[in-house]
Order: sequence, then structure tokens, then C-alpha cells
Amino acid sequence: MNRQLLLGAEAVAQGALDAGISGVYAYPGTPSTEITEFIQRSKEARENAVRSSWSTNEKTAYEAALGMSYAGKRSLVCMKHVGLNVAADAFINSAITGVNGGLVLAVADDPSMHSSQNEQDSRVYGRFGMVPVLEPASQQELYDAMFHAFELSEAVRLPVIVRMTTRLAHSRSGVGRREPEAQNPLHAEYAPDRYVLMPHNARRQYQHLLDLQPMLEELSDSSFLNQPVEGSGPLGVIAFGIGYNYTMEARVAHGIDCRVLKIGQYPLPRTQVNELFGACSEVLVVEEGYPVYEELFRGYFGSSKVRGRMDGALPRAGELTTDLVSRALGVEIPDTAAVPEIVVNRPPELCKGCGHRDMFDAINIAMREHQEHHVFSDIGCYTLGALPPYSAINTCVDMGASITMAKGAADAGLRPAVAVLGDSTFAHSGMTGLLDAVNDRAPVTVIIADNDTTAMTGGQCSSASGSKIVDICRGLGVEESHIRVIVPLKQHLQENVAVLGEEFRYDGVSVVIARRECIESAAKKKRRAAATGQ
Amino acid sequence: MQKNIILAGVGGQGILSIAAVIDQAALKEGLEIRQAEVHGMSQRGGAVQSHLRIADHAIYADLIALGTADLILSVEPLEALRYLPWLAPGGRVVTSLDPFVNMPGYPPMEEIVAELGRTDRPVLVHAADIARESGSARASNMVMLGAGAPFTGIAPEKLEAGIEALFASKGRETIDINIRAFRKGLQLSNT
Repeated sequence: MNRQLLLGAEAVAQGALDAGISGVYAYPGTPSTEITEFIQRSKEARENAVRSSWSTNEKTAYEAALGMSYAGKRSLVCMKHVGLNVAADAFINSAITGVNGGLVLAVADDPSMHSSQNEQDSRVYGRFGMVPVLEPASQQELYDAMFHAFELSEAVRLPVIVRMTTRLAHSRSGVGRREPEAQNPLHAEYAPDRYVLMPHNARRQYQHLLDLQPMLEELSDSSFLNQPVEGSGPLGVIAFGIGYNYTMEARVAHGIDCRVLKIGQYPLPRTQVNELFGACSEVLVVEEGYPVYEELFRGYFGSSKVRGRMDGALPRAGELTTDLVSRALGVEIPDTAAVPEIVVNRPPELCKGCGHRDMFDAINIAMREHQEHHVFSDIGCYTLGALPPYSAINTCVDMGASITMAKGAADAGLRPAVAVLGDSTFAHSGMTGLLDAVNDRAPVTVIIADNDTTAMTGGQCSSASGSKIVDICRGLGVEESHIRVIVPLKQHLQENVAVLGEEFRYDGVSVVIARRECIESAAKKKRRAAATGQ
Repeated sequence: MQKNIILAGVGGQGILSIAAVIDQAALKEGLEIRQAEVHGMSQRGGAVQSHLRIADHAIYADLIALGTADLILSVEPLEALRYLPWLAPGGRVVTSLDPFVNMPGYPPMEEIVAELGRTDRPVLVHAADIARESGSARASNMVMLGAGAPFTGIAPEKLEAGIEALFASKGRETIDINIRAFRKGLQLSNT
């Protein structure tokens, strides 16, 4: 079999393309970004006119994917776990309307928070929405699961979640491909009784979703993603997603012969779970993420039979490893070499020559004349301004929160109330907050660090930058004289400090756009130009 | 056959190119591969690492268990030390001696070399110098791949073919520089 080397995220992309999607909708976010990037680079996707440019945020992405499904075509929507919070309204309600063409939500969770502000588990959203969730354990399974996900979505007429975590999304392996399927024809459905979620329709549709649940359990019992592994002894393991990999690795490395039930499709396969619990006096629950199903197995009053993250057999937080699972299976792991004491941490930092550095220098100087130094910030490269030598920002909570938190603090009387966010984050979730500030004439200074890209995730196209941002601010009602553009360069430091100082003192809404291209994207453009010049 | 390799360095130093060459060569050999890497925030000048596993049988986990790495291949000396808990008894450390200092408290080089000296026959390489001799300082990651090559379980010719493929779009000169760098690194480990 001819295999190609793919990241887990890329296997999702290739699988979706081969399953005949007509479009992908996404906002970049680690570790999900590479799904959409792969489709954007794919020659086949271009030839088949698969729609793939970036959406403004996860909610607009999800709704567009639902619209494509309504029109009868297969659509893929991708995001990181926290992105699903943004898209949650659309997601939950799409489980009530149901879908027409297959709709698959690929969501990448980040346990251990390598590049995230929390480690929420998207399987909880699956239970919340009561839709099938697939959680493959390998790159090949991810690829194969995409065909299954679209077929399942069209069979039960529900959105289907494909959940993965960092280690699978960002790990490469050889993947064999199948014969690609053709795209669906356009066949929009006239079904206002499903899609118009007025209470009388919503009640009926919700009842239908509840009635579907036993069938979804049966489908899980026959899914290729759920498999028992023969074994013996009183201890069994129920291993979810890539928890299966660590369990099997421990089993092979330490010659353990326990029974294992591999879970890769939810709701839980009731028959298989009953069999495992019937055959074993103790069951270790191995989940990469929250102890979602462990809690369910334990019940409110607890069960002495169940072990896992909630009784300390495995740590409550963070990603799993082979070592952690081995220990939970009773293996004594010998001590290995320690990290020598001289090894100091190497925290990430803003690139040398990055415009954000000059922006933070200017902000810090302009702040000196004030007693209170609170800068509300946001999610992007500029979050690194929280670290020394700048220590320039004081909050980073969720996309767009800088503007609205600054507004709330201004409402409470804090002066100056300063927000710092990037162009892509402003487009994602900053615009509505700015409108709130304008409507309330709140004394906030919003600094938009416009580097013309979504830099932190690798330089994706930003939905709004340059003159578009000026137009948006003007359109939202920010006064022309308080929309200022500065260029964050060393030679402009004095001038930039003066502009910031004026706006910090202004008793109303002002926007300062610190506009300078990301040096990484500039370098990339230069390399590309040189390559094509040859 | 099974090899567990930890590739170490600082974001932007080219460890993913090393991984790509080994991956491609292993794939051509019909081997199983898992290669976990770091993207996102920590890439910006932070410590980065990649767990690379190749075997002639099924591999389950994307991560290497503690104490089971056959090789730590590092393009930066301090970064080589960060992953010692993963090194197997008898596993080897192959590292560049070119420090990348972008944080306070970087320890003196003698102390780093002393710690490296406590591992089993470490291979310490002045990678940047050798890369410059080969034609470009940017090829020091390929010097390190060469120095680590004998411990990867993959024949050097196969890795060279992988280098050819990786740099195919960059023209003959770039390919030649990187192959030269690889061979000079290989020579160090073979003598």
C-alpha cells in the first residue's frame, strides 16, 4: 500500500477531501490549524473547487458549514477546543435541526495546555448536544473515520464530532488512502419544520433527538472504532481515544495480559461496556482529557470497582503518557536520569525585530505618567508581552475579552482603561465589544496591533487588517480624530509615546492602530519571491 | 527493529527538517513511524522537541516512554540535557556544541560539557563550523543528522536520498551543501 506521511490533523483533511467535502470552514487555532492549511494547499481540493479560505471566527465557520449541509453538500468545520465555546450556540442548535448533507465538526483539544488557556474536553459538548462523537486513536484511523463520520452524519441526519488531542493532531505517521468519493449534488431541502426552531418545531425536533439515542448506542456497538482486546485477569481497562495507545504500549512493554476495551465512538457501546464490567472486578478508565466517563461509571455514590483520574490512579489533570498508564497498571517504573540542575527554562519570546516589541516599549513609557497600570490583552503573539522584559499586559482570557474587560473596568472608574489585541482577534470577537464601548461612550483606548496576519498559529490570512480596520472602527462610530495609526519602529518611539499618551488621557473611545507587518510573514514572502524569481 | 529518537533544539533551529529526512527514509523502507512535534506558542524561541519512533512492527504511542530513548539528537547543547530522563541505559547523546542564548541564566559551557560527559560516549559536534566548511552555516542541522545517523537504524545512503528529496525544490547547490554537511557529520561519528 502506498502510504503518505501525514500529521493527524492532515489525515483528517485528506480523509475529508476523499470523502467528498465541498467546503471546509475554520478559524486557526493550535492544534487544529493544519487541517484547513492542508486543504488550502491541496491540488485536488483546488481542482474540485473545495471552498477553504479562513472564516472570521468559529461561529461564522460553523454556521456556514451548516448552510452548506442544508444545501445538500458535505462540509467540514474545524476548530480548537476553546473555539467550540464560540461556536457552541450554532453547534447545539444544529443538533436540534439536524443536517442534510454530512456535517462533521473536527475539534482538537489541548490537554496539558501546550498552546491554550484551558484543557476542556470536547466530548462533553458531544454529550451536551447528544450527537455522535468519534475519537480515533491513530492517524490511519483518523483518515478512515472521516468516511465513517460523513456516512454516519447523513444516515442519522446529525452533525458528527471528530475529536482529537494534541499528540495525535501533531504527530506524523504513514497513512494509506482509499478511492476518493464524488461530492454530493446540490439538493437543498425544503423542511421549515426542522430548520425553523420556533418552540413548536424545536420541541418536536428535540424529542426526535432524544428518540435517536438508543439507535446511536447500537451504532457504537458495531463501530470499527470500538474494539475489545482479549485478555485475562481481574483488572480490565477501558481505553478512550489515544488512551488506547498508551495502554497497549504499556501492555506490550511490560507483558501485561489485561482485557482492554478500546473506545473510539460515542455514545458508549452499551453491550461492550457491560461485557467488560461483567468480566472484571476492577476497571481502569483511561481518558485523554477530563474523567467524563469515569465519573459516569462511578456514579454519585461511587463505585469501588472503578479506577482512574478521580482516585489518583492517574493524575487528575494533564495529558497521559505510557509511563502514567504503566504505573496505574501496577508496573514499577525505575527511576531514570534527572534533568541536571543547571538546565534553566527557555520560555517562548517575541521574535527579534517584531513590531510588538516596539509597541510594548511605547505602551510602557506612555503608562508611566499614570498611577494605575492595567492593560487588558488578548490571545495572540502579543500575549508574550506578559513576560519580561515587557511585563506590559495584565490579562488574557478569551478571544476579544480585552476590549470588553477594559470597558467594564472603565465603567468601574479605572483610568486609563487600555486594551491590546491583534487584527485577527479584533475581527474574530473585538468588533462587537467596540460597539458596546461606543454606545456607552466608555473611556477606553483600544490598541490594535495590526501585523496583517494571524501570526501565532503560523501566519494565516487575517479577516480584517490595514484600511479595513480603520473603516470598521469608523463604521462602528469611533470618532475620526480618535482613530490613530502609528508605526511601531524604534525611530518612531517618541512620536508613538506621544500619540498613546494623548489617547490614554482622552475621555472617550479611541483606537490606536499599531501597524507593521509580521516579520515572519515578511521573510516568508521574500523567500517565496526569491524562489519564483529563480 | 525499533528506535526511539528524541530530537531537541530551539524553535526555528530546523529540527523538523531532521525529522522530515528520517521520516521519509523510514517510510521508503516500509517501516512504521510516529513522529510527534510541537507547534504553536512554544515555537517562538522556546525549547522544542520531537519524539520520533520507527519500527518494523506496529507502534502504538506517539510519545516515547521515560528511559527508553536510543538517541537524543540535539542541535543545541543545553537542550540535549533537558531530555536526559528519556535516555535508555546505553542510549547515546549526539549534540551540537553551539549554544543558543536567548534567556538569562544560561550556564557556562564547561558545566554543560561536564554534564554531557556523564552520558555514555557522547558525540559532541562543532556543527556551525563544519556547516560553514560545507558551504553554509544554515546546514548545521544536517551536520547533526549525519553525526546521529549511525544510531538511527537507517542506512546513511537512505538518509542522503531523504535529504535530496527535502531540498529538491531549492536547487542543486543547496542539495550539495546539505549532503556535504551530512557526510562530514557522519564521518565524526564513524571515526
